Amino acid sequence: MTDGTDIRRNDGAGDAKSFKGFCQEFSKIPGPGGEAPPLLRVSGLTRRYGACIGCAEVGFDLWPGEVMGIVGESGSGKSTLLACLAGHLAPDAGQVLWRDRDGRTRDVLTMSEPERRMLARTDWAFVHQNPRDGLRMGVSAGGNVGERLMAVGARHYGRIRATAADWLGRVEIDPGRIDDAPHRFSGGMQQRLQIARNLVTHPRLVLMDEPTGGLDVSVQARLLDLLRGLVREMGLSAVVVTHDLAVVRLLAHRLMVMKDGRVVEAGLTDQVLDDPQHPYTQLLVSSVLQV
Amino acid sequence: MTVQDSGYTFAYLDEATKRMIRRALLKAVAIPGYQVPFASREMPMPYGWGTGGVQLTAACLTPGDVLKVIDQGADDTTNAVSIRSFFARVAGIATTEATAEATIIQTRHRIPETPLTEDQILVFQVPIPEPLRFLEPRETETRRMHALADYGLMQVRLYEDIARHGAITRAYAYPVRVEGRYVMDPSPIPRFDNPKLDRSAALMLFGAGREQRIHALPPWTRVESLDFEDYPFEASRPDAPCALCGATDSYLDEVITDDAGGRMFVCSDTDHCAGRRAAGHRGASTETGA
Amino acid sequence: MNAPLDPPPAPAVIDVRDVAKSFTLHTQGGAVIEVMRGAALQVRAGECVALTGASGAGKSTLMRMIWGNYRIAAGSIRVAGVELAGADARTVLALRRDRLGHVSQFLRVVPRVPAREVVAEPLLGLGCPRDEALSRAEALLARLGIPPALWGLSPTTFSGGEQQRVNIARGFVHPFPALLLDEPTASLDGGNRATVLDLIREARARGAAILGIFHDAAARAEVCDREVDVGGFTP
Repeated sequence: MTDGTDIRRNDGAGDAKSFKGFCQEFSKIPGPGGEAPPLLRVSGLTRRYGACIGCAEVGFDLWPGEVMGIVGESGSGKSTLLACLAGHLAPDAGQVLWRDRDGRTRDVLTMSEPERRMLARTDWAFVHQNPRDGLRMGVSAGGNVGERLMAVGARHYGRIRATAADWLGRVEIDPGRIDDAPHRFSGGMQQRLQIARNLVTHPRLVLMDEPTGGLDVSVQARLLDLLRGLVREMGLSAVVVTHDLAVVRLLAHRLMVMKDGRVVEAGLTDQVLDDPQHPYTQLLVSSVLQV
Repeated sequence: MTVQDSGYTFAYLDEATKRMIRRALLKAVAIPGYQVPFASREMPMPYGWGTGGVQLTAACLTPGDVLKVIDQGADDTTNAVSIRSFFARVAGIATTEATAEATIIQTRHRIPETPLTEDQILVFQVPIPEPLRFLEPRETETRRMHALADYGLMQVRLYEDIARHGAITRAYAYPVRVEGRYVMDPSPIPRFDNPKLDRSAALMLFGAGREQRIHALPPWTRVESLDFEDYPFEASRPDAPCALCGATDSYLDEVITDDAGGRMFVCSDTDHCAGRRAAGHRGASTETGA
Repeated sequence: MNAPLDPPPAPAVIDVRDVAKSFTLHTQGGAVIEVMRGAALQVRAGECVALTGASGAGKSTLMRMIWGNYRIAAGSIRVAGVELAGADARTVLALRRDRLGHVSQFLRVVPRVPAREVVAEPLLGLGCPRDEALSRAEALLARLGIPPALWGLSPTTFSGGEQQRVNIARGFVHPFPALLLDEPTASLDGGNRATVLDLIREARARGAAILGIFHDAAARAEVCDREVDVGGFTP
């Protein structure tokens, strides 16, 4: 790198007190030299189911504001990988290092349970494929969105409710439905509610498992667009697991292709999809039906 | 009949059981608000009739104690009378209806109006000790929530109340936070009684026989009812004075007086009411009361 | 009398040296297709260079390699000082964000994003305040003849020419030091075509290095300094 000019983002965004300013503070995208260390470092992550491999020797780094897509077909290990990252499964080997808001490196796999729960409630978020797994169906929409706030100590009803209403608006749910129970919402709305519920504490990492799976195509488009906007606005980092290549092309900066538990190819999304090197990737890409 | 003639060990339970319960009690007192499991025994009354309270009383009684038993504030209901005479028979201890004279008070669903002293123990009968039970049915999960002080769900429940009804509508068994740590169900006492839990001079013990749990509040423990900053906890206020003694600050029962639907409101705490009447206070009603 | 020396040539902003590309088609029995060998060219600041050659000769392939979309099998491509051969994903992303602009032949449309946001996106990605980004986008759309009524609509319903103009607006909204243009005047009528050529000239004037594929020979002649025939790189 001979050129000394700085590729850092112009952070001229307005009022630092504003929500956007607050989020941009956390999303400085470093230049090719990598001024900021990565947010997440995964190495050697392995999980077996007896003799079968769930995922093996998976590693990657993730920087603030980046979206990593993980694609593969059923049985590729992508969901296992995500479950290991999220703490739903205990991996057999590997390391996951997380850089917290104070800049300290935390070892996620050896963290104590209270610490991990705190992380899951504040800095990390998990969006389930089926929104019913990620929502409390017996609690109103407002209660669902406000729960994480209350779990970390928010005690002012008026403010909690206002924040919840604001977030419903942001995910394009009519704030007038704040007291409705989730079972009254369509699948797409439930998924958006799940996203609002997860993002209300401004997490810095979102793990998504097939976020558009099971939704109608038009609904998918809307959801993806929403996610794109939120990722950029909030400077989120995300790991998105999906079998849908169109989703990764739209959302992900970088891509990992998994087969039989291993990563067979990784790199820039458009490069992996337009100039695939590995035989399996070529097969995957060529199998996608063009509309 | 003396205690020896009755054929029971003192206070019905064998010494080993009493010891086991006392150990659980000590643990509960050491960790205010924490639910301690214990091996509940078969008692001569079915579950749901106060076996937890009875076991705790049995473990605490010594021959010099004076026992009072109330049920919803009254000394003269069937259950209060039964339990009181049960202990009179198997422990031979003195019993009383006067709060101020008792050393141990076993209660179902009320705290006496008369302020308690450092020499007194209040034993509560508890149906469901877990405050989160109806929000989270899994015991494994609720234990974890208590261990990690993960009480967001409880707060959500209160949020839902306000969203639906404009205020927190829990009328009884109103959840409290003990010393800023454990969330506890104070048993189905009316919301009105919650302030009496805070920094009480007496030792408060809670026993759930069917659920096999004991929890406790040592004297002078800080107990706060859960609420929101902008919807602070308010104890309910009586609508009217007691018809018998004229008290304006005691919890009232509604009593139907005739077939025409006539009703009057009288103090739930019979001893308190009787004491006031003995001191000359009178309410609006012309009846003299029992 | 000593003649004054010509000023030394400015360093190349886009510097392609000895680049080769081949595709290995595993789905077709592992057939290896070599499409380019020994490609070399340099574009300096303020220059506009046209890639010419027969259809399928490799113009798009070379452009894609410079954009980072295709892997570089051999050789070196440096853009604004950044080496693309073997570069990791983040390097390419950072390059695209700040230094290298691209007007592709087709606008890849995201279903619901309005035209003004499509155009403003490069600015937003650089941290430009939203209001400013949108107004700059709108100004450019206006210049390219897209009526204000369409600014809030998604380009999915636009005509080919309108989509192309949105695409161009997006490529020119930020003053990139290097620009790749793939058929920028295709599908455009006289007026708009002239506007695009003006934009290219302005970019050149401010010192951008431009590499373009122009099917339109007249346009090529108007804005380009020289041509490079990719036929010379065919193996």
